[in-house]
Amino acid sequence: MKITICNISYTIKTKNNNNQSNLLSNLFQIKEKINRTLSFRSGCKSGVCGSCAVRVNGVEKLACKTTIKEGDIIEPLNYSIVIKDLIIDKKNQNDFLIKTKAYLEKKTNTLITQEDEKKIDTESNCILCNSCLSACPVYSINEKFLAPYALLRNFRYVEDAKEGEIQTKLEAIQTNGIWDCTLCGNCNMVCPSIINIKGSIENLRNKSAQFGYNNPNMNSGFDTSFGFNPNGF
Amino acid sequence: MPCIYDVLIIGSGGAGLSAAIEAKKYSKNVAVVSKTYPTASQTCQAQGGINAVLDTQNTNDSIQSHIDDTIKAANKLGDEKAIRFMCENAKETIQWLDDIGVPFSRNKNNGIAQRNFGGASFARTCYSSDYTGLKILHTLYDTCIQNDIKFFNEYLILSFIKDNETIKGVIVLNIASGKIEQIFAQSIIIASGGYAAIFNQFTTNSTATTGEILSIASEIGCTLENMEFIQFHPTSLKHSKILISESARGEGGYLVDQDGKRFIDELKPRDEVSRAIYTKIQNGESVYLDLRHLGKEKILETMPQEYHLAYQFTGVSLEKDLLEVTPAAHYTMGGIKVNRETQTNIKNLFACGECASSLVHGANRLGGNSLLEIITFGKIAGKNASLSANQSTVFDTSLYTNELENEEKKIKNIYALSNVLNFQTLKKTLGKLLFDSIGLFREEKKLTMLLKTLQGYKNDLEKMGITDKSKVYNTELKEFIEFTHILNLSLTIVKSALHRKESRGAHFRSDFLETNIKYQISTLFTQENEILMVKI
Repeated sequence: MKITICNISYTIKTKNNNNQSNLLSNLFQIKEKINRTLSFRSGCKSGVCGSCAVRVNGVEKLACKTTIKEGDIIEPLNYSIVIKDLIIDKKNQNDFLIKTKAYLEKKTNTLITQEDEKKIDTESNCILCNSCLSACPVYSINEKFLAPYALLRNFRYVEDAKEGEIQTKLEAIQTNGIWDCTLCGNCNMVCPSIINIKGSIENLRNKSAQFGYNNPNMNSGFDTSFGFNPNGF
Repeated sequence: MPCIYDVLIIGSGGAGLSAAIEAKKYSKNVAVVSKTYPTASQTCQAQGGINAVLDTQNTNDSIQSHIDDTIKAANKLGDEKAIRFMCENAKETIQWLDDIGVPFSRNKNNGIAQRNFGGASFARTCYSSDYTGLKILHTLYDTCIQNDIKFFNEYLILSFIKDNETIKGVIVLNIASGKIEQIFAQSIIIASGGYAAIFNQFTTNSTATTGEILSIASEIGCTLENMEFIQFHPTSLKHSKILISESARGEGGYLVDQDGKRFIDELKPRDEVSRAIYTKIQNGESVYLDLRHLGKEKILETMPQEYHLAYQFTGVSLEKDLLEVTPAAHYTMGGIKVNRETQTNIKNLFACGECASSLVHGANRLGGNSLLEIITFGKIAGKNASLSANQSTVFDTSLYTNELENEEKKIKNIYALSNVLNFQTLKKTLGKLLFDSIGLFREEKKLTMLLKTLQGYKNDLEKMGITDKSKVYNTELKEFIEFTHILNLSLTIVKSALHRKESRGAHFRSDFLETNIKYQISTLFTQENEILMVKI
């Protein structure tokens, strides 16, 4: 079958009858037999290291977990500098995580219950694959927007019963953070770890309101004179 | 003048990041250099858990029992003192991880939950569903960010800078830019992981664990120990070799043959279970993991990752269907020889984790003991490297420009190689050869043939080379350098395996079936003496 990778068309052999096969295996095959310069990241081959995220027909996927079919188009992730072929620059990852204070700041001595642990069970499965960033329309127009994964990882600690320092964490995500998100849900659609990132951001908004923060967009644009806007804005 | 780091850590897995966090307590400038991004390290694939005796009041378990089980699996090649240290500190290690934020699963009494694992007398494996390694690794990374640890991501180590038997730094290939650079440090910790990925296509490991640092360390005089001891995990998916954790059997899963009959106690040590499975496979039979009796709810609660992996990669629903499995290279017990303080035989050079031979696993490793080892000894290495660094004096980095130029020349030579033979294809061929000849069953004839093949490959290196002549992010260059070291390392493993004329733990010789007291000693490999056997 034929697939296109970074604008180059490749004809590859498939092993099964459905003319479908695993994308990462095919990338290895192409690198060995057709184009040895083809560059891509890979690691665990099982969906937990976050190395091999690419776009397939415009949608973010982990190559190792993706079955491809005739005519598929493979491209690097969006909105990051492409170093070569499918390899993007991930250098801003550290900055985002520092800015969002995505770590345990002050450990409390609270007894952690089964319920406490379950609250962050899925949220602590982020693999930093950058798929959510590539699918984010806000980041596409504002590179200062704190990455969806960084907001999620902030939430993972805000929600952690062990964390005794919530205020500074919430403070860290007010500007270019939770209020700038459009809640479009693209991040949820592409997250290979099936994490509800959008829900985490909504939760962070509620938590922020409890801690006295306001939505800055509401303050600047909301008409308080009659409380009714026939245009629905 | 370039910065001289107090402590430089090579590798960003559980051992490396634990070392970095600990080193930062005693030193200002701590850096981690890694050929991948930190959270892509092999540790993220550890699913099942980490062993520790937490409660001796309400259970029958004891630290002594953990020590005894570990010693038993080590098959008389373990260092009892190192094992005792690791097991006695295990509870504290778990507490440390819990304190930095690792979300361990809880039991009904809100204590840290523990499950059964192979070779363990009691349920003492702590876990975070079946993403234990992933959650530990990410929490360690978050803590490193909090502690302002410097990261050099995607740098391949080319060589060490050593002066007067003291380590001074490393020469690296900045993969993204293609530049050859130097990083200087007073102390260096090697925490680069194991070498199971040399079994290309026959391993549960990441593509990254090619073990080149062991080969490079050996070149500068480090001793390699017990390199022949390689663990084959009993259960990986038939085609992709993706790991299906021991937790599947720990939670009550069965191994059945094609007639649906159980044929071995599933919780025996990994080497015994693997050989039993592979014997059937070699006879043309198939072997399956059967979890159907556990029910979907329990499977999803205790091993969600296995459930999803099985479905995504094979289309099998574990509550309804059997899952075909096969053994695959999983973990390497051998490594750089260190003393109980993680010190190598070179001054200010330390090693910890899977790349090191701390002798806590001996001839075979218990499931759940590897995560425990990397955190325990990662922390020891971090502290000791820092203390050594603090006693060292500033040196003149300009003395080492020759070393840099030499490495630049070597890389230039690689670009100029004839490239008649495709090393990518040979790497795959070698993976199969290694699995066949130095896999679960070994014998002199096959090992000798493999030795010749490896020497042939080495002689042919000049006919290999790279097609990609660019500098920026040249993955072929990186992989070619790795391949040259895979050959060196494989030779070391084969020579070590040939020398050990007995069967012990993970090393099984079809031509020497019995364990021989004569070999109740370590196999050491040095550049000067090649193979040497010494008492532990």
